[in-house]
Amino acid sequence: MAQIRIENVRKEFGTFTAVQSSSFTIEDGEFFMLLGPSGCGKTTTLRMMAGLELPTSGEIYIDGEEVGMKPASQRDIAFVFQMFALYPHMNVGKNISYPLLSQGMPKAQVKKKVDEVAQILGITDILKKPVGGLSGGDRQRVALGRAIVRDPKAFFMDEPLGALDAEFREHMSEELRALHDRMGATTVYVTHDQLEAMQMGDKIVVMNHGVVEQFGVPQDIYDWPATMFVASFIGSPSMNFLNFHGIVGSGTNSVDLGDSQIRIPEQHGGARGDLALGVRPEHVHLDDSSSYRGEVTATEYLGTTQIVTLNTPNGEIKARIPSSDRVHVGEKTGLHFDERTITVFETEKGRALLSAGNEGVLNHG
Amino acid sequence: MSFSVTEPSNRTKWVAGTAVVLYAVITILPLMWIIATGFKSPADSISYPPKILFEPTLEGYVNLFTQRTRLNEEDLAALPPPETWYDEMVREQGQVITGASRYGERFMNSVIIGFGSTFLCMVLGTAAAYAFSRFRVPLKDDLLFFILSTRMMPPIAVAIPIFLMFRQLGLNDTHLGMILLYTAVNLSLSVWLLKGFIDEIPVEYEEAALIDGYTRFQAFYKVVLPQAATGIASTAIFCLIFAWNEYAFAVLLTSGTAQTAPPFIPTIIGVGGKDWPAVAAGATIFLVPVMVFTILLRKHLLRGITFGAVRK
Repeated sequence: MAQIRIENVRKEFGTFTAVQSSSFTIEDGEFFMLLGPSGCGKTTTLRMMAGLELPTSGEIYIDGEEVGMKPASQRDIAFVFQMFALYPHMNVGKNISYPLLSQGMPKAQVKKKVDEVAQILGITDILKKPVGGLSGGDRQRVALGRAIVRDPKAFFMDEPLGALDAEFREHMSEELRALHDRMGATTVYVTHDQLEAMQMGDKIVVMNHGVVEQFGVPQDIYDWPATMFVASFIGSPSMNFLNFHGIVGSGTNSVDLGDSQIRIPEQHGGARGDLALGVRPEHVHLDDSSSYRGEVTATEYLGTTQIVTLNTPNGEIKARIPSSDRVHVGEKTGLHFDERTITVFETEKGRALLSAGNEGVLNHG
Repeated sequence: MSFSVTEPSNRTKWVAGTAVVLYAVITILPLMWIIATGFKSPADSISYPPKILFEPTLEGYVNLFTQRTRLNEEDLAALPPPETWYDEMVREQGQVITGASRYGERFMNSVIIGFGSTFLCMVLGTAAAYAFSRFRVPLKDDLLFFILSTRMMPPIAVAIPIFLMFRQLGLNDTHLGMILLYTAVNLSLSVWLLKGFIDEIPVEYEEAALIDGYTRFQAFYKVVLPQAATGIASTAIFCLIFAWNEYAFAVLLTSGTAQTAPPFIPTIIGVGGKDWPAVAAGATIFLVPVMVFTILLRKHLLRGITFGAVRK
């Protein structure tokens, strides 16, 4: 059980900066997701927390104690690797008991702990088997078993479901979350899969190019992205950007796109130049009474909903609408945007402007 | 008619099979001849045409392990009756045993030097290969190339400097000197081979061990070593074969105390005429340890040879 705090942590490999001055706090007992595309520094950040890499600068606190330069073996944490890293020359039971043996725990007690963990994970019947012939799911369970057996302060998981096939991932992610809720230990989980992050995480950090883009609960991040990167990385299809050149003043609550006026949340910061309105596809409605118009270029049927691609004067956008609505390619239609959910971005910096909507979210972190 | 890309045709199989058998015969024949000669009598061993079928005798082996002297008939008759079967065998040649030959000692020297240098080579080689594989060593590529470059000339090309060096250091004709020399010659090969094997072991295993509360050395010892066993075994065979068979340096640098079997075996010829069966017996016994070692580790050897041929 531990709170983990990262302060201005930075990591360089030669001339390449993997992580640039990141800071965030993981509260005790949280299921915390480090999310980002490959090469964004999320795994490096996790490895620094675990002690497998040493930070170039900055501090890492586990339970208030600075551990930045401590070796992994002294941090009392568990790590689940993407390829599981089960010791191939040992059987399942030996693998699970290995972290206990390093502490010099008596044999009888080790056996008791291993049996207990095997019970929790439902792998009692394979304890004597070599790890070589196990299925992906069982390997995953053994890796988890090795992690939980010694009640560490925190669990670190590096894309633990990445090696499993889609069908099984679903099941394992539920199992993982249930396990976390049962143990109540702090878990830090690295993934590039935004759905997985939203589904499982209490909190999410979104990273890109070694920079923390945003940090918060999944819904805040989805609804009020701090940057255009977060907006486009999270959500499928991703957030639409209606690009325009103009001025948004503080206190204003609408922008003019061509001849149409689009209502937006009251702005608390102003900007001029190249701007963009960020609208989630599900907040785009086809409404012929609206003066802002677009032309349907494609439709994609997804069961209960459909994704409609439209050409507008401000670029291509996608709308998620019920499948029952009849839409035809080539049709011109009016578009209405859900005004409460719109975020205005400065295109060049890629940052969201503060508004009545996102102020509460973006100001806390 | 069906045609398959993976299954060779009967004709191809027949040609390939014949080629393999032919090759096996060519390589095994001299070996068989040596082994057979060891069991021939001196007369049979030089008979012409050569004898394929002969009456086997242990004379060669007895002569290999003994020093004998020739007596005239009266002296022989005056001796008490022979006590053992080998005494009797020697007397039939008109000789008596005066003591044990030096073959046993020389053979032990080979064992000590061969296995000693192989062991040392594995310890140093594994440590160096691990460091090159896992750590950010400054000038890593240059160092690796330098290590390999020591292998680019035949070792004997540096015989004279090594001879002078050994004389200065008092390493001439010592076990230590020969162990160090063979280790030095083999080390480059073993570092390169072992680095390849260790590179193939995912670093996550060690990281898992570090997280599980083990030190770096424990992680190396308990997790990396067992997985590198195959690589270490096959590399050890290569090193042992070289050290075991090495002749030129052994002739140059050893003469007595630390003389290995290869330079000793030819000297047997000189003892009481051309004693080919004794020479053949010496060669046969000399073959045994490497043969046993290789057969025991043959699976690893095969993996060592084909290693790196296919990327997974």
